[in-house]
Parts: sequence; C-alpha cells; structure tokens
Amino acid sequence: MEKKRVVVGMSGGVDSSLTAALLKEEGYDVVGVTMRLADESRDLEENDRGCCSLSAVQDARRVCEIIGIPHYVMDFKALFREKVIDYFLADYARGRTPNPCIACNRYVKFEGLLSRAMELGASYVATGHYARIEQDARSGRWLLKKGVDGQKDQSYALYHLNQHSLTHFLMPLGRHTKTETRAMAERLQLPVAQKPDSQEICFVPRDDYKAYLREKEPACLQPGEIVDLSGRVLGHHEGVPLYTIGQRKGLGIAAGRPLYVVRLDTQRRQVIVGGAEDVFSRGLIAGDLNWIAIDALQEPMDVMAKVRYGKKEGAARIIPRPQGRVEVSFEEPQRAVTPGQSVVFYRGDIVVGGGVIEQPLP
Amino acid sequence: MRQVYLDYAATTPPDPRVTACVAESIPALFGNPSSIHSFGRSARGAVEKARRDVANLLGARPEEIFFTSGGSESDNWAIKGMAFALRAAGRPCGIVTTAIEHPAVLQTCAWLVQQGFSVQYLPVDAEGVVSLENLAAAVDETTGIVSVMFANNEVGTIEPIAEIAAFCQVRGIFFHTDAVQAAGHLPIDVQALGIDALSLSGHKFYAIKGIGALYLRSGFSLDALVHGGAQERGMRAGTENVPAIVGLGCAAALAATELKEEARRLRALRERIAAGVLALGESWLNGPNDSVHCLPGHLNFGFRGIRQDVLLMRLDLADFAVSAGSACSAGALTPSHVLLALGQDERKAGTALRVTLGRFTTAVEVDAFLTALREIVTDLRRIRK
Repeated sequence: MEKKRVVVGMSGGVDSSLTAALLKEEGYDVVGVTMRLADESRDLEENDRGCCSLSAVQDARRVCEIIGIPHYVMDFKALFREKVIDYFLADYARGRTPNPCIACNRYVKFEGLLSRAMELGASYVATGHYARIEQDARSGRWLLKKGVDGQKDQSYALYHLNQHSLTHFLMPLGRHTKTETRAMAERLQLPVAQKPDSQEICFVPRDDYKAYLREKEPACLQPGEIVDLSGRVLGHHEGVPLYTIGQRKGLGIAAGRPLYVVRLDTQRRQVIVGGAEDVFSRGLIAGDLNWIAIDALQEPMDVMAKVRYGKKEGAARIIPRPQGRVEVSFEEPQRAVTPGQSVVFYRGDIVVGGGVIEQPLP
Repeated sequence: MRQVYLDYAATTPPDPRVTACVAESIPALFGNPSSIHSFGRSARGAVEKARRDVANLLGARPEEIFFTSGGSESDNWAIKGMAFALRAAGRPCGIVTTAIEHPAVLQTCAWLVQQGFSVQYLPVDAEGVVSLENLAAAVDETTGIVSVMFANNEVGTIEPIAEIAAFCQVRGIFFHTDAVQAAGHLPIDVQALGIDALSLSGHKFYAIKGIGALYLRSGFSLDALVHGGAQERGMRAGTENVPAIVGLGCAAALAATELKEEARRLRALRERIAAGVLALGESWLNGPNDSVHCLPGHLNFGFRGIRQDVLLMRLDLADFAVSAGSACSAGALTPSHVLLALGQDERKAGTALRVTLGRFTTAVEVDAFLTALREIVTDLRRIRK
C-alpha cells in the first residue's frame, strides 16, 4: 500500500522538527515545508529569530536532512501581508489589540498551507502544536482538545479550526509534554533540541510594536487626552494605539493611587484610566465565532472561558445573541478583557469554540 | 525507473570520459605546472593541451583562453576588468547589457553603478530576443562595453550575437558575451562572430564544477584578477587547478566532435516534450516560437493556474528533477526576472517550468516524464475544482 503523504510545516524549532521525525517513524511519507512569510529585508536585522527567518530555514533544512525527508520553502508573503500584517495595523488603528499569531494560524499556517499541501498530493498537514485532534466515537464529530501538557497547551490559538480542517490536520505533540519533546528530540539527535521557544511577533523588529506602528501606520497615532472615568483630563498621550488595557506603567501621570488603562476610545482619541478595580469586567460580547464541539450555540451553556493566551480560564455562561454574537457572563470578574483578543470556551479538555472580543461588559 | 534528471541547464552530470581524465590526472599530474622539472613540465603540458582544446571549441587561439573558476568569475572579470581599464584610460566606459542576463552579469553591473559607472539594460521582446534597434538606441558616445548573453539560461533564446558583435566592432565598443549555456552546445566561432570576450563554465557541458574560462581576444587587456604569480600570463595568479583544467579540456574536445549530432538528437526529444505539454491543453511554451532560435535541449513552459513551485515539488517527489523561476535567499521560488522581462505578469511568470535535456537523456526518460507530468497536471486540475 502506498504511504500517506503528510506535509509538516517546519519552523526550524524543536516542536515542528520532532513532529516531522515522529511521523516519519510512524511510516508516513513526510515532506517538510518552511513557509516564507515576512520580507527578506528582515533577514538583515540583528534580531533574526522569527519563525520564518533565514536561519529558521537553515535549521529546518538541516533537520530534514537528518530525518531523511525532502524539504521545500514556499512563498506565502502576499497572503501573510494581507491576512496578518494589514489586519494587525488596522486593528491597532481602531483601538483594538490584535493577536497576529491567531490570524497567522488561521489564514496562513492552516488554510494557506492546507491548500498548498493538497496540491502537493498530501492527505494531511501536521504541525507541532500542543493540542489534540480526536474524533468523537458516538457523534463522529471531530474535536479539538487541550494538549496533555497544561503549561504548553496551545488549543487557545487553534479555536478557528473547523470540521473540514480538523480531518486533515495531525498534531502528534498534543500527547506529549514539552519536556518529553525535548528529550525525544535529544534522543533523535535533532540539532534544535535545546533551541529556545520563540515568543515575539515575528514581523515586528525587537518585539517593539510601538516603533513598528510609528513606522508603518503613523496616521493612527494622533495625540489626545488621558481622562478618568468621569471624563476629567489627567494628562496627554501620543496615540491611543500605544496603550493596552490593564497597562499601569508609562502613563506619565502623578496621582494619589495607581492608575490603569481601562478603555481605549479612538473616536475621541481618549485613553480612559481608572483604579485597579475598574479593569475588571463581569462579561463581554464576542463576534467572529467558530464552533467546534457544537454546530451552533442555541441556548446558554456553562463553560470555562479564556480571554487571553497564557491566562487562566474562568467559569462563565455563554449566551447566544443576535447577529452572530455571543455574550459571555463570568462567574468571577475577569481582569483586562481586551477588544481584539480572542475568547475561547472549554468544557473540560474540549474546545467548544471561540471568537473575537468586541467589547467588555462592566 | 529511478530518478530522472532533466535540469542540465543548472549543471550537467560529468561525462564518464571526463571523470576518467580527471581521476587519472590527480595522481599522474600532481606536479606544479610552474616547476622546471619533469613533474612540472608534464602538468604544464596537460594544462596547455586543455587550453588548445578549449580554444579549438571556440575558434580562438590558445593564448586567448584564461582558465577561471567558472562562468560567474569570467563574467565578473571581463566586465569589471574592462570597465576599470577603460575608465583609467579616460575612454568611454558606459555599459549596455540586457534585462535577461544571468545574475553574475546583472549584479556585477549593479555593483559597477555603485562605483560610478553608467549601465543601461536593453529590453527584449516576448520571445526573449534583443533587437538591434534597441541596442542602437541605447548606445552612445559614452558606451564602452556591451554585454549580451549568447543564449538565455531560462527560456533558451539564442541572441543575434553576430549582428550585435558587428555593430560593436564598427563602433570600437568592447563586446562580451556570457556563453555559459551555449558553449559546448552550439557551434561558436569567436573569430567569425567577432566576439571580444566570452565566458564559459565547465560544469554546463559535462566537465566538473569549479572550472571555467574567459576568452579574451588578443589585443585587449584587463587588469590582473589575482596578483601573485605568472600563471595565466600573469592575469590570474595561483597554482593551476590541473585536474579540473584537464577535465575541461577533455569536455571541450568531446563537445567539439559530438556537438552537432547531439544537438540534432536533443532537438527531437525537446519537440516530443513540447508536443506532450501542448497536448495537455491550457498550456504554452515560453521563449522562441521557432525552435531553431532555442538551445537544443531547452524547454520552458507553463500551465494556466498551476503554480511553478507546486509542479516542481510534485515532480521532485515523483523523482523527476526540473527547475523553475528563481529562488530567493531562503530558497522559495519567485517569478523569474527573465519571464517578467518577456512581458509576462507575475501570475503567468509564476507558472513557468524549465526542462533541460542533455547527453544522457533518453527517449524512455522523456516518455516517463510526460506520463508523470500528465498525471500530476490532471490531479492538480482536479484539486483546484
């Protein structure tokens, strides 16, 4: 029987490298593909650690050579610019805090790579994400579950997967902890076993999004007022997008008590600040929803909700609202609920679905 | 059938007869050609015989042949060397070249611009041909150098070299041609054609890598490329790469005798592939309409809506080695500057695939390739629906 072909998105890191190695051991016809996302000029900069940089390509190539699989570099720059960079700039310009990595996963690493992989004759695409894809035995529905490593779980960033894509994706690392991954990579003598995880936004130099905005989208940076919740002017700022909700440092205001950014208002060009307690919300409205474990939300459901990557989930009730929206009502108020970030709903290990936060509810 | 190699324009497998020459020379001709003793004389003799063989392939005189590391070095040396020599002499030193040159020429010219030289790039027509009218319009009293490739490495177009050379000769303009794709594959007579300088590369016609030559017509002189010894008439110092030079001579001798018959054979195979590509529909050939104006083993084509990178990778995974576009620094394929210069938009240029045949290509391989191509193209069309 012919071996099933699987395309592995190779970033040059330990996770995707091990993914390729494990699938090869399982007998798949594995093809490594590194996606070219950002502009070449980035290669010349000192901080060349993004997941699509030149050194990343070299690492991926080396790993594929060791594993004994073909490796290709494919150009996705146009798609990346449209779906990630343009969205990133536009979202900041309208006073939201975008999550470019989720957009990249959704449109580029998943939709984009999947269609290219199908053209390469592959049955599957595999990634090094810490999440599990399983089929529910009774309903036949495909489910996305948390990775077994609670510390490393990346299901939050994958809530946009749908029934079609779930049947074509493999995430073998979901069953392992990061420690196990490094140990296995070590055992297989992959040269990237101890390579540090990448953290920063790959197309923003030195992880300085403010400098990036100043360079790429200066029009969105208009000076304005810093006001308190009653509208009293406390100071001035150089652009609403330079602030994030929950931020305390760098406001440049002397007040008797600590002040935090509570809300951003691009219409009035205002940064609204308040006390620590004002940063908490009892709920939120989310849109751009995707459901995985269910077809659609018909009636309220009790879930655990996660409002930001790396943040603990909180108990919440989700309630369907008109025009494809959902209201999320927290049991305990959540801190720094930020428009533009994603909220993801869980029941146990299972991702029910998720969406993009439009506004916090006080 | 195991892997089928159809990328001869990238590099050719060395001819076993060349490999044998090289292998024998490594122990037998280890002497330094500059040495006075018999070991040195044997090595020197072999180097000079190779020089005669290369000269013979081009219709040049042996003293007009300088061994280099390959085509890129020859291009760099000829163009930079002449540009600086002309400028130092206070003579016109502007450069006219084409938009479809190999990067070894284009980037050399881009660097020369930084050094204060002026460079003009001639456009080409949809078949990749440079016109005399455009050349005449670009050349003026400041022009000192014209460099036009003998045949294009991507679409195979053979340029009107005799006419261009004649145009330059009457105006006293130095004419260089990058013949890396043509040498050993097309008959070349530098005397009859009126070429002043020509670059060639051994590994494009069955010699090994790391050896090439620059033909420089007697009467012209360049600054030395490497100082430090009398090798290559003091122009490129350093102990000669005797085994590679011997191999180049051997490859040149083989080409000189076999070239015409081989070109006839390759043209027939090329026509077979061209017919197979066109039979699949929604496809076209890039480059010259009349195959007489194309390198004999060279075929460039595209299928509507099928990306070159996908097609290349599918063929590679099926063990057929072909080529496409130009790779960026990371290795991703991007539309080639040549196809864009032919007037194609990025989308169409992004479908171009290059198949190049050579001495060891068989009809069986060609048929196997066409079968695989048909399967893959059919499958890609199914997926796109």
